[in-house]
Amino acid sequence: MINLLNLSAGDNILFSGIIYTARDQAHKRLAQDIGKGKKLPFDIFGSVIYYCGPTRACRGKVIGSCGPTTSSRMDEFTPLLLKKGLKAMIGKGRRSREVVAAIKKHKAVYLLAPAGCGALVSKCVKQAKPVAYPDLGPEQILRLEVENLPLIVAIDRMGRSIYG
Amino acid sequence: MRVIDSEKIKRTVAQLCFRSNCFLRPDVLAKIKLAYKNEKDKKPRQALGQIIENAKIARCEKMALCQDTGLPIVFIEAGQSVVIKGDLKRAVLQGVVKGYKEDCFRESIVSDPLVRGRSSYAGAVIHTDIVRGDKVKITVMPKGFGCENKSFLRMFLPTTKVQEIKEFVVDSVKLAGPDACPPYVVGIGIGGSADYACLLAKKALLRSVLVSKGAARSLERDLLNRINKLKIGPMGLGGKATCLAVNIETYPTHIAGLPVAVNISCHALRSATAII
Repeated sequence: MINLLNLSAGDNILFSGIIYTARDQAHKRLAQDIGKGKKLPFDIFGSVIYYCGPTRACRGKVIGSCGPTTSSRMDEFTPLLLKKGLKAMIGKGRRSREVVAAIKKHKAVYLLAPAGCGALVSKCVKQAKPVAYPDLGPEQILRLEVENLPLIVAIDRMGRSIYG
Repeated sequence: MRVIDSEKIKRTVAQLCFRSNCFLRPDVLAKIKLAYKNEKDKKPRQALGQIIENAKIARCEKMALCQDTGLPIVFIEAGQSVVIKGDLKRAVLQGVVKGYKEDCFRESIVSDPLVRGRSSYAGAVIHTDIVRGDKVKITVMPKGFGCENKSFLRMFLPTTKVQEIKEFVVDSVKLAGPDACPPYVVGIGIGGSADYACLLAKKALLRSVLVSKGAARSLERDLLNRINKLKIGPMGLGGKATCLAVNIETYPTHIAGLPVAVNISCHALRSATAII
């Protein structure tokens, strides 16, 4: 398995492993749970979060279309999650200055998945299991097992960014 | 008078939801293939290659091109010699729910914008127009919100120089940056009222990206060049293709104003049309 923390901004990788989907409302709840001192629905220490809300799995498929959503909407919650040990985030687009600083401080990494290519990404998902917040529908947290997911390192642990 | 059953409208809308979400528009695909051919830089070329591959997988597997199956925007041009049997609006809304449900698209609509809550398929946006004839033309455009969030409207002064409008458009794309799935198609509405300019900008996205015609043709071309000089590129990875096309629609406006609306589409510009 690739050590995500050894990567540099601009690197192309094929990632295999476990990732957790979480987008707007799931982030809000994770932050609330942390605020209340509650146990999180998955072990965030060393984990990878994928900003994604897939379509439903159809005709015997593991998952539906599942590309990344715009990462910057999660910016306000990200420093807190990084503080709790989040290791990597996968999404699309830029991050705020605060997030870049937090990535550097906590030695994490931010990666880009093929944006607008949800059908292509679905081919890399071997297993999908609901983990938390089923009432959020497509925004619930899923545990995905992915194989050879093509990613680009956008911000590395030194805070270097491909967006300058 | 020609009678059309609302059930037929419902079935057609459902089918258009499927077609628009799973099959990338041929004109858009042609532009992306052209951009791929013209790109020499490795990273943006790879991203364009993924977009082409994605369209192929979606088509073959009848799967949504993008997980954001959007807020469905439905345009209806009803011929004035047509009588609809039943409830037209209800048929359209039900058609969307039917199509989205059957094809496992995403429940991306919240019934209350402030309370939010559990999302569903209910709440497509409908624009109707009465036209001559005895046909009904229906277009479904699933609009993703990554790019819809990058929309802008500005009410310019009637004495504004075209240069300022150009800067406004280019700045709008610059603000969208790499976040909304470039290469983009930029729809622009100029004229009318504030609301109508926004509608024109969205309608501009329905026009083929392969043809540039009308009075704003040279403006379209100039803006396309300026936007591509931003070098945002596919996925923000640089290169030549930041924008595939700029489509402008204009309409008469008030002597005191000059509304300009920008509606950006991601590379997965989706729409499908049927005539009943």
